[in-house]
Amino acid sequence: MAEIRNYTINFGPQHPSAHGVLRLVLELDGEVVVRADPHIGLLHRGTEKLAETRTWVQSVPYMDRLDYVSMMCNEHAYCMAIERLLGLEVPIRAQYIRVMFDEVTRILNHLLGIGTHALDIGAMTMVLYTFREREDLMDAYEAVSGARMHAAYYRPGGVYRDLPDRMPQYAVNKFKNANTVRELNDNRQGSLLDFLEDFTTRFLGYCDDYETLLTDNRIWKQRTVGIGVVTPEQAKAWGFTGPMLRGSGVAWDLRKKQPYEVYDRMDFDIPVGKNGDCYDRYLCRMEEMRQSNRIVKQCIDWLRKNPGPVIADNYKVAPPPRERMKGNMEELIHHFKLFTEGMHVPSGEVYAAIEHPKGEFGVYAVSDGANKPYRLKLRAPGFAHLAAMDEIARGHMIADVVAIIGTMDVVFGEIDR
Amino acid sequence: MSSKLERLSSSLQNILGAKVRSVVVDRGEVTLEVAAADYLPVAQLLRDHRDLRFEELVDLTGLDYSAYGNGVWAGRRFAVAVHLLSITHNWRIRLRAFADDDAFPVLESLVGVWPGVNWYEREAFDLYGIMFAGHPDLRRILTDYGFVGYPFRKDFPVSGYVEMRYDPEQGRVVYQPVTIEPRENTPRIVREENYGDVGNG
Repeated sequence: MAEIRNYTINFGPQHPSAHGVLRLVLELDGEVVVRADPHIGLLHRGTEKLAETRTWVQSVPYMDRLDYVSMMCNEHAYCMAIERLLGLEVPIRAQYIRVMFDEVTRILNHLLGIGTHALDIGAMTMVLYTFREREDLMDAYEAVSGARMHAAYYRPGGVYRDLPDRMPQYAVNKFKNANTVRELNDNRQGSLLDFLEDFTTRFLGYCDDYETLLTDNRIWKQRTVGIGVVTPEQAKAWGFTGPMLRGSGVAWDLRKKQPYEVYDRMDFDIPVGKNGDCYDRYLCRMEEMRQSNRIVKQCIDWLRKNPGPVIADNYKVAPPPRERMKGNMEELIHHFKLFTEGMHVPSGEVYAAIEHPKGEFGVYAVSDGANKPYRLKLRAPGFAHLAAMDEIARGHMIADVVAIIGTMDVVFGEIDR
Repeated sequence: MSSKLERLSSSLQNILGAKVRSVVVDRGEVTLEVAAADYLPVAQLLRDHRDLRFEELVDLTGLDYSAYGNGVWAGRRFAVAVHLLSITHNWRIRLRAFADDDAFPVLESLVGVWPGVNWYEREAFDLYGIMFAGHPDLRRILTDYGFVGYPFRKDFPVSGYVEMRYDPEQGRVVYQPVTIEPRENTPRIVREENYGDVGNG
């Protein structure tokens, strides 16, 4: 009788379906996972410690680099924490812009999440289509902030600047002739809002395309239905949030339950799963994209009709406009103080949470009245999800581990911080 | 909303009684502070009591108060702040407990109450050196294999103590003392209360 022993394999950190730098030590009994031990921290940059050595505003770009597929949502939570510490009111137009870009970001994130999830378990086509749409949304990011990903667009007190009146255009070069360029620039003739509106009308059709590729696909269902089942009780005990919680049938969404900014004025629905498996979470994310599309439309309508300031006019927090700074001594001093010493945030502590595409992203900020945070704790949704990897993956086949990683939608920028 | 917070803080007083060290309602958030000895029983009550029902642990973080307000802090050094969420009642609370011994901070582990706290406690241990008694697997989590020290403590320099490089002669990666100079572009300043009237413009 031969001695049969469990086999331990090392999955990652350089595995394409590890979504970054996840090292997973798997103990296998044949092909069945007995124990999964995720090793994280390979992307640990000490963001929280770095933030303690920077002024409050200087840390905004660090937030983009946490969850690097939903950049503006991270900034949003951080700015909200500062605003709550200060007791600062954000202009209504800035709130609408934030909500609009939060939803654009949600679509961006889910497109990548679903696209790569499908890619990981064999549906190569999906990622090509979803990245096509991501391109449009990144152009919107670029038009508004100048950066395709790491926007640093939200600032304490509002957003950096108002929406641009015209979209950047493609130019003729040796790869693109005049006809191609004309076609590409076709929907870029108007403002950013026109461009986004054109996108929202097209996007529902794209969602249907994705669904024809996946929803009734036999292979996709075989790989996701009944895989990684999480009961509502488990989801709560493990601290799940976002689609991971809603997929299990718990109707919990901060946008509805604890509305921030202008979400209470928006008309949208919260999709909820039934079985808590990978397939239900996929369906939730698909529907969430459609709902985000609805919210973006409502924001566009409002933003067209209501011009106004986009950042608080408190010069102790937000920099004064350039023209005023050039002509006025007082504003010049404010500008100088703000960008050298930075603002002083009253002592106290807050926990600001938003409904990030992946779940609840929270910022716990402790201030002792200095120009820098005393302690900044970033609560990443993926951290709690990945922590339950061992329990979810136990008893599954090794190939299902990939499906589970995909459904958790992990991004190591936020988990390792 | 504020009446809801009042209801929560009064029911905290009623249910927990003498275990409460303080309940603070500030900026729309409730902070409950308890002694280290009461930390675990209070957590159990917070989850199970019908009027509280904090079934979800959102976050747990370590804190090092040694440099608070540039050294005016007189209390204990290490604390743990736990953020709890009740889906039933739709409210949140922050639970804080200070560890009794500054040299060897120990608190009870909450793994038995909320299993999801496992990694958060590992993180607090890794970054602050706070021990959690009863934790099943208290390993380092974010820092490198074989890391020495607790990097988020206030006396740990931002640039650390060692750096890593590839040594072509030995054909492997070696550790050596850091060669970069720590520098601070913007000094940290604590001004008087209400300095510049921030927030009131």
